[in-house]
Formats: sequence, C-alpha cells, structure tokens
Amino acid sequence: MKDIKLTKLSSCAGCGAKVGAGTLAQLLEGLPVIKDDKLVVGFDKSDDASVYIVNDELALVQTLDFFPPIVDDPHLFGQIAAANALSDVYAMGGEPKLALNIMTVTETMTRETVHEILRGGYEKTYEAGAIISGGHTINDTEPKYGLSVTGFVHPKKILTNSGALPGDVLILTKPLGIGIITTAAKAGLVSESLIDRITIQMTELNKKSHDNMINYQVHSCTDITGFGLIGHCREMAAGSGVTVHITSASLNFHRDALEFASMGMIPAGAYRNRDYAESETEAYSSVSLPLLDIMYDPQTSGGLLIAVSEPDALKLLSDLRHHTDAAIIGYITDYSGKDVKVE
Amino acid sequence: MIDTCGLSCPEPVIMVKKAMESGEDSYTVVTDNRTSFENISRFANHQGFSVSSENKGDTYTIYLERKK
Repeated sequence: MKDIKLTKLSSCAGCGAKVGAGTLAQLLEGLPVIKDDKLVVGFDKSDDASVYIVNDELALVQTLDFFPPIVDDPHLFGQIAAANALSDVYAMGGEPKLALNIMTVTETMTRETVHEILRGGYEKTYEAGAIISGGHTINDTEPKYGLSVTGFVHPKKILTNSGALPGDVLILTKPLGIGIITTAAKAGLVSESLIDRITIQMTELNKKSHDNMINYQVHSCTDITGFGLIGHCREMAAGSGVTVHITSASLNFHRDALEFASMGMIPAGAYRNRDYAESETEAYSSVSLPLLDIMYDPQTSGGLLIAVSEPDALKLLSDLRHHTDAAIIGYITDYSGKDVKVE
Repeated sequence: MIDTCGLSCPEPVIMVKKAMESGEDSYTVVTDNRTSFENISRFANHQGFSVSSENKGDTYTIYLERKK
C-alpha cells in the first residue's frame, strides 16, 4: 500500500488546486444562466452549494468537490476528501443524504490504494448519516477524489453566505494554516506530531458544528476552503452588503504556520487568493505579513465560518468548544468602504 | 546562479536554503513563477538578506545580498 507517495503524484495539494476566485468568475462570465424561482441559491451567488426548493418543508442542497491528495495515506486522503465535500452541505445548514464518488486514478496506483481511498470516503459519508449510491472513475495523470453530495434542508433554515447582519459575531470552528503547513511538510520541515494533528483536523466532519449552530440565531455561514479566510470573508461581505472585520489577535491558527510562512512555505493558492481579495481588503499596519499569509492560505476541509447574533455568540462558542478549537475571530458592521478589514 | 525554473514550491526555496549553507554574501536566483519569486523573497528576508529583482514576463531574476 505504501508503494507510492500519493502527494508525489500531484502537482498541487488539496483545496490549493482550486482555480482562483478571480479566474473562476472570468471563466463563468457570459454563460447562460436559467432563472428558476425554486433555485434559491445558484451559481450566480458564489455560495458553497446550490439549493432548490421542493416544497414548503424541503429543499435540496447540491454540491460537488474533489481534489488531488494532500496526504500520502490513501485511507486518510479518502476521509479528508469526503469530509471536505460533505462540509458544503453543512455550511448551507443542511444534512447530507446521498453521495456519489468522483475519482481519477493513475496507472501506477495499486488496486489496494484505490480501495483504501474509497474506504475512507465511505466511512466519512456513513458517519455523516449519508449513503454513497454510485460514482464515476476515470484514468488520469494524477489521482483525485471527492464526492457529489445531495442534502436536505428546511427552506426556512437555509444558511447562505449572504445573510450576515451588522452586529453579528464571527466564529471560526477550525484553526487556519493547513496549506502553509502541508507545503512546509513537502520540504520536510514539519514534525510528525503536527502533521498528525492537522491530518486529524482535516478528517473531522463539520457535522457537530452544524448541529450546534442550528440551535442559535445564525444569519450566515460558509466553510473556509480554497479561497482562504479573507477570500471567503470577502464573499460573505459582498453577498451580505456589509463589512467583515477580522480581529487578528483572536484568530485561531496553528502557531507553527507563522514561522513557515516567514520562511516562504506558502502555496500558490494563497497568492491567487490575495490577488482576488486584496483590493477589497484593508489590513492595519500592525498585522504582520506572515499572519496575513495565513489568512489568505487555502484550507482543505476547513472549518465553518459562522455569523451569529451577538447575544447567542458565547453560548454557541461554548457548545463548539466541547469538540473543536473554535474561536470568535471578528464581527460584522455596516459596509464601511472595504469588504474586509483586518485589525 | 541558482536556477529554479521548472520547479514548484517548496523546491525552489529548499534549493536556495541549501545554497546558502555555503555562506556567501550574495546569490542570484532565477525562477519562472511568481509564487517562487514571492516565497524566495520571504525566505531570504527571514535569513537576513536584502532582496532586489527584475522580471521579464514570468521569469524573475532575484538578487540576494546579506545585510551588514
């Protein structure tokens, strides 16, 4: 099974492989968009998943996510890819129900390796309470794996990334730094214990965090993945017509990522994210460059970013802290000249 | 001259890191992408070097000078 290093087969890892937000917008420009009143969240909204209203009680949440290996262990890679794909449903306030595998394999991969990737995916999908009902696999020059997921949500409980209100408090449920640390790991600079910590973090479903947040006055939610914290904050701000303030002193991130960032262990995706969001971001001069790099760093299977009403914030945080390293990382105000302000 | 063209991060930074073990006061590095340029610049600053550069299209020539 350890015949090949999975990450050596891919040129860029995990969500860092995602096409930048700016490029994506250009690629989608001019394509015909069919309006349907029942499609309440579609691909014009830059959200985590599409949402289609079936009736007064039920809406379908539909999403797809896949990427090249971010870790060498095929079983863990399968778990991470599945947790990452399932997360988009949680970020919309939904519950995953059905999933389809999407996979590419190389000629050098053994049957056992492929099987282990799928086994990891099945485990996480079942843990989420969903069922894998099929899939599609093709040959390629590098391995990739992920899921297309269908979830259910009550139409009145849909959480978009465009509902944040002035006065809301921002909570992030998983610490940042994944892209930078995995880049440093490729250079052999990261301790086994830190690699183990971030690997476990990436395999963790956002299910419990979802289950916690739906008990409170949450106005907006997204998950932090390829566009990095600031990229996703910019989308939340632009969609909601507000300014998202990040209080960098309270940010949750892996401390070692600061040193790795200052050593230039930064994935290309972080620079793409900066290009996309920098013009709409104002950072205080007191915020260091490595810390900003961490905020632009693409995350794989990152946490939920939750805009919750201020009176509920501490109660939600307390619930989340039972099983995550969640932190209050900012707040929302009326739009004040920039989408994102880093303090 | 350290030629990192055709390599993707973190390899170019590792090449510069290894080259710096020779203890010279100045190095010239060539790279063919902006990510490597930015990362090599950050690394060199971190190691106490000043950084200047010129670029033509995607090719960057980076001059590193140890700060006195």
